[in-house]
Amino acid sequence: MLKDITLGQYFSGDSALHRLDPRTKIILVLIYVVTVFLAKNLFSLTFLLVTAIVLVALSGISAKIVLRSIKPVMILIIFTAVINIFLTTSTDAPLINWGVIKIYKQGIVNAVFMIVRILSLIIGSSVLLTYTTSPITLTDGIERLLKPLKKLHVPVHDFAMMMTIALRFIPTLLEETDKIISAQKARGAGFDSKGLVNKAKAFLPILIPLFVSAFRRADELAVAMECRCYRGDEGRTRMRVLKYSSKDAVAFAFSVLFILVVVLLNGISTALAI
Amino acid sequence: MSEFIKLENVTFDYSAEEQNGQHHEAIKNLSLSIEKGSFVAIIGHNGSGKSTLAKLFNGILVPTNGRVTVDGMDTSNEDLIFDVRRRVGMVFQNPDNQIVATTVEEDVAFAPENLGVEPSEIRHRVDQALESVKMSEYKEHSPSQLSGGQKQRVAIAGIIAMQPECIIFDESTAMLDPQGRKEVLETILKLKERGMTVILITHYMNEAVNADRVVVMNGGSIEMDGNPREVFSQVEKLREIELDVPQVTDLAYRLRRDGFELPEGLLFEEETIGALMKLFERGK
Repeated sequence: MLKDITLGQYFSGDSALHRLDPRTKIILVLIYVVTVFLAKNLFSLTFLLVTAIVLVALSGISAKIVLRSIKPVMILIIFTAVINIFLTTSTDAPLINWGVIKIYKQGIVNAVFMIVRILSLIIGSSVLLTYTTSPITLTDGIERLLKPLKKLHVPVHDFAMMMTIALRFIPTLLEETDKIISAQKARGAGFDSKGLVNKAKAFLPILIPLFVSAFRRADELAVAMECRCYRGDEGRTRMRVLKYSSKDAVAFAFSVLFILVVVLLNGISTALAI
Repeated sequence: MSEFIKLENVTFDYSAEEQNGQHHEAIKNLSLSIEKGSFVAIIGHNGSGKSTLAKLFNGILVPTNGRVTVDGMDTSNEDLIFDVRRRVGMVFQNPDNQIVATTVEEDVAFAPENLGVEPSEIRHRVDQALESVKMSEYKEHSPSQLSGGQKQRVAIAGIIAMQPECIIFDESTAMLDPQGRKEVLETILKLKERGMTVILITHYMNEAVNADRVVVMNGGSIEMDGNPREVFSQVEKLREIELDVPQVTDLAYRLRRDGFELPEGLLFEEETIGALMKLFERGK
């Protein structure tokens, strides 16, 4: 049941996106996220969605997997849409008027825009970054990007290491959670109780063993790392050396083009006005 | 053969670590030396001090009293600790808790990266190490996609990439299914063939019979020390300290007790079958 979570999971491959330098991809995602919020009309939002779809195609990851990643955020999407539909007020006549509930055209437009924004945000950033960058390359990229902070005594390497280990143990701990749930069910524990407090209570028999085991794992892992001569980033080299290539330049060129197009399309709206 | 790891009158007391005042000597005045290129199995029941002993070999623990040297280097010397650990690698029981990275090859690269090896050399070592444990085709897999035996082989590759002279296996097969256990044991035997010093700490007597030397631990000291035939022929003595003998040894022991003429210290299935067949022929 817990294995369905694909958000933040890497799919190995050899696509154009896979081969980009992680630093490039991190910067591109930042640009992309900002641009998603810059887009504010039908044209630029459609363009965003198209871009997201093009990115999926470029990544070589099947649409099914990408769609599966949307499932967990479906509630958020629906919630946002509902809020927008019911709470937007405008000066023109409402489409539906049931006393307290008034639905305006503007509300529906806002809802659709919001859905498109969230969808392209999730699809774009997961395909651009998390699906096509192995977590370790990703942390590597973050570590290199943040390197200047080392001069300010920010423990950049330690954070990167912590992140790598966290990523490494997510599947392991998920598997373990499943096992604990089965074990507790076998002893008669019920997890389908109603109410928030009861639900939280029901989760205690899962959380406690999980924590105990996580601490034990951490302890063993620390010893294993010591055995492999780990001593922080002192004198440490990397197998993979990050190098910008012509591909990265092309990617940056495209991202500039992307911002320009979005800004231009935003401009059309004032001319046509919906 | 020259001495590689040497323990001189080593005592290890966990209370010195935990400072709760309670004395618990896990290792008591123990002396042992491990020859270069040898294959030593260390057996003993739970709490006999065998895992503590393993941790003393590469300086994870430092003796309370006495001295441990690896290739002449004292493990209590902090300046040399990474030289010691590089030479004596260790594979643990739980395969999940010793894999650091999210892909197989990155994990194997972890130790050489820590040692500051050149990137091209790391790549070379990683490929070689994965080849030697037959995991090359999985190099881009995530550890969570592998079986227990495969994970343990990755962990072994991670140690091989460090180019150690000795590898300690601390109950490395205990959590595996029979298939995984077989894979790991085969890898261990291959390493030994190539001249690696192997220290195998195990519960499974069937694994210990492959060693050149068996050290039996009990209550923090060495109870027996000799080649597998010498050690396993002393069935009663092993029983006394709650240890088993290999299944075939046990069978031969019982048959001999009942008056059948079988040689002492049978260890392997084939030789036992041979001996039984001979007995059978004669009986006819």
